[in-house]
Amino acid sequence: MSVVVRTVSRVVAPVALAFGAYVIMHGHLTPGGGFQGGAVVASVVALLVVAFGAERWRKWTHALLPLEDVGAMAFVILAFLGLGATFFRNVLAGSGGLFGAPVPRLGPNPGALNTAGTLPLMNWAVGLKVIAGLGAVVILLSLFGREDG
Amino acid sequence: MGNMPFVVSMLLVAIGFLTLIARRNLIKLAIGISIIEMGVNLFLVSLGYVRGGIAPIYTYAPPEAKTMVFPTPQALTLTAIVIGLATTALMLAFAVVIYRHRGTLDAGKIRELRG
Amino acid sequence: MKRWLFAAALLVLAGYLLGGSAWLRPFGGPIRSEMDRYFIENAQAEVAANNVVTAIVFDYRGYDTLGEATVLFAAVVGVVLMLRKVKG
Repeated sequence: MSVVVRTVSRVVAPVALAFGAYVIMHGHLTPGGGFQGGAVVASVVALLVVAFGAERWRKWTHALLPLEDVGAMAFVILAFLGLGATFFRNVLAGSGGLFGAPVPRLGPNPGALNTAGTLPLMNWAVGLKVIAGLGAVVILLSLFGREDG
Repeated sequence: MGNMPFVVSMLLVAIGFLTLIARRNLIKLAIGISIIEMGVNLFLVSLGYVRGGIAPIYTYAPPEAKTMVFPTPQALTLTAIVIGLATTALMLAFAVVIYRHRGTLDAGKIRELRG
Repeated sequence: MKRWLFAAALLVLAGYLLGGSAWLRPFGGPIRSEMDRYFIENAQAEVAANNVVTAIVFDYRGYDTLGEATVLFAAVVGVVLMLRKVKG
């Protein structure tokens, strides 16, 4: 695309990346979560593909596809953590360790990032999965039909 | 009309079905299926609305609010949106592959897809 | 002939959908749901999450999310299998 589009996308892409990371990271406190933030970051991939051409992102797919498997495996392993009680048991919530703090007070509260047990970790796993999967799909769809396909 | 949101979402579903039977282009069929998904998602979310309710999130919730919107339809709609996204990606990939092999996107001209 | 049949079927379906949605319970006044009330009241104490929707998606109804992740994975694998570079 033209130099205007490339310059604007250079400015917008880091901001959108930060916003996607915020949406994933605060999924247990504010509207959002792994899927939504992952979709935001995948839209950054689409922006880069539109602005800079799909050809230079081809080798990213080799890195993105294993990343999706890593996200899926992390999600299942986090679910297996609670197998002492049941599958998907939230063992970290209220344990006092990582993400184990209780909510500041019941009812409306300002929220604390160190709460909700396995939920933030699962948000990150699912976010990684959605980023990698949708990014790879966007790059592959835009690459298809070229001479070297 | 007390339940205009339901009517509007079902109108979206009807528009999607109209697209499915009136158009032959595979991309437009994918668009029609996406419109049906959007109608169903809107219907599910509006089913869980409680009058005067706030979003089911406690972070900086207004303390004077008494009720919250039902959270379960929202969670299931989140699931439905992601599955719709996956099926849309798969449909578009099928359309691209069919165009490359047959040179056309017209579902009436592709013998294996003729209904 | 076939197209007229399709158009008639669409009219019947659209009438059914629109009429049925117009006769539902009024918007904003759903039946009191014990499950949703439990989620809203106990999500902060049990899951320690302020966002009740995330608590449902990843804790109470985690199996749904597992199936959803499986569907997304299968779709991505299908797209990659169809669109990858074919050798030879």
